[in-house]
Amino acid sequence: MQDQNKFNYIIQQADNCLILGQRLAEWCGHGPVLEQDIAMTNISLDLIGQARLLYQYASEIQEEGKTEDDLAYLRDAWDFKNVLLVEQPNGDFGKTIFRQFLYDTFSCFFYEELMKSTDERLASIAAKSHKETLYHMKWSGDWVIRLGDGTEESHNRIQQSVNELWSYKDEIISINSVDQEAEKAGYGVSLELIKNKRNEKIKAVLEEATLSTPESDYAHKGGKEGTHSEYLGYILADLQFLQRAYPGNQW
Amino acid sequence: MVISKSQIEEILDEVKDPEIPVISIADLGILRDVKVNDDGFVEVVITPTYTGCPAMMEIERDINNALKKEGINDFKITTVLSPAWSTDLMTEEGKARLKEYGIAPPNPSNEEDIECPNCGSYNTKLVSQFGSTACKSLFKCNDCLEPFDYFKCH
Ligand SMILES: [Zn+2]
Repeated sequence: MQDQNKFNYIIQQADNCLILGQRLAEWCGHGPVLEQDIAMTNISLDLIGQARLLYQYASEIQEEGKTEDDLAYLRDAWDFKNVLLVEQPNGDFGKTIFRQFLYDTFSCFFYEELMKSTDERLASIAAKSHKETLYHMKWSGDWVIRLGDGTEESHNRIQQSVNELWSYKDEIISINSVDQEAEKAGYGVSLELIKNKRNEKIKAVLEEATLSTPESDYAHKGGKEGTHSEYLGYILADLQFLQRAYPGNQW
Repeated sequence: MVISKSQIEEILDEVKDPEIPVISIADLGILRDVKVNDDGFVEVVITPTYTGCPAMMEIERDINNALKKEGINDFKITTVLSPAWSTDLMTEEGKARLKEYGIAPPNPSNEEDIECPNCGSYNTKLVSQFGSTACKSLFKCNDCLEPFDYFKCH
């Protein structure tokens, strides 16, 4: 292993991308209308593409002769370091939208900062991914507004999702020892900086959507340390089935 | 005799985007560079459009086949991410081909005002931010009523 902390740092974000990509892929063929079905699977594809770039790099740092496939398909739930937000069930379309919006408002500002990483490879992955997530955030943000400021039914339903997901909002900007070391070494970003930009964006969109902000700031945590909700096990069972049943398959 | 860079480029002109078979990878901006060293070893440098673009593997295979067909076996294909691909890399020729094919080419000056590739009207409307592939969105023409793909700026 070249750099254990860098490996862990990359895995955190790679796992976020992979698990959310997998969740969105569950919508394939079930979207409320064809265009939005396609939108969700397109975003899923971008996320899985980003996960691949990160896993490829992580596997090189690992120097164990493993590949992106090993990292995606052959680790167990406790090895995954994604936040609890991305493993939350899809719920209705509004819940998927709000989960996406909470993630996009993180990833956009995260990649924006990571573009300045002292690690050239990470900076170039970030530049590539940033362009994609900007478009995702436009899509999810527009939908939060459209549903919130829509009919009484759509307003009530997405407000319900806001309330349900609110306590999963902040784990993604909580700072653990991996983040601290990465920032100190120069290849990681300042989550404190991202937190402020992100909160402003969330506030602005909720206001325009005529949605109210829940008061509690309580944040569920554990995902970044490998302690997950039971949902992750089911997601991995689906995601990893093929590779475990037929070992050696490639992308 | 060592093969020249322009000969390689000519061969690669036959490699098209598998999803839009009228536009070459050079016109699309995916082909970033061709290098030939003194021993005749060829390096083809490409860049992905979107990180998850499923066409990239196909494109690599097509490059591989096109070169081998011409008897060139001493080569490698390198993928670079930086600087990130952008629709600004698309050539004018590429944009003209897209339009002929029925896909509105990227319009960086104003993404709200898109010309219908079918009838030329600007009275068009965005139907969906995401289209049949990651690089396109879906529009509808209010005059000729045809739906069409728009190759969005990226
Ligand atoms: Zn028309």
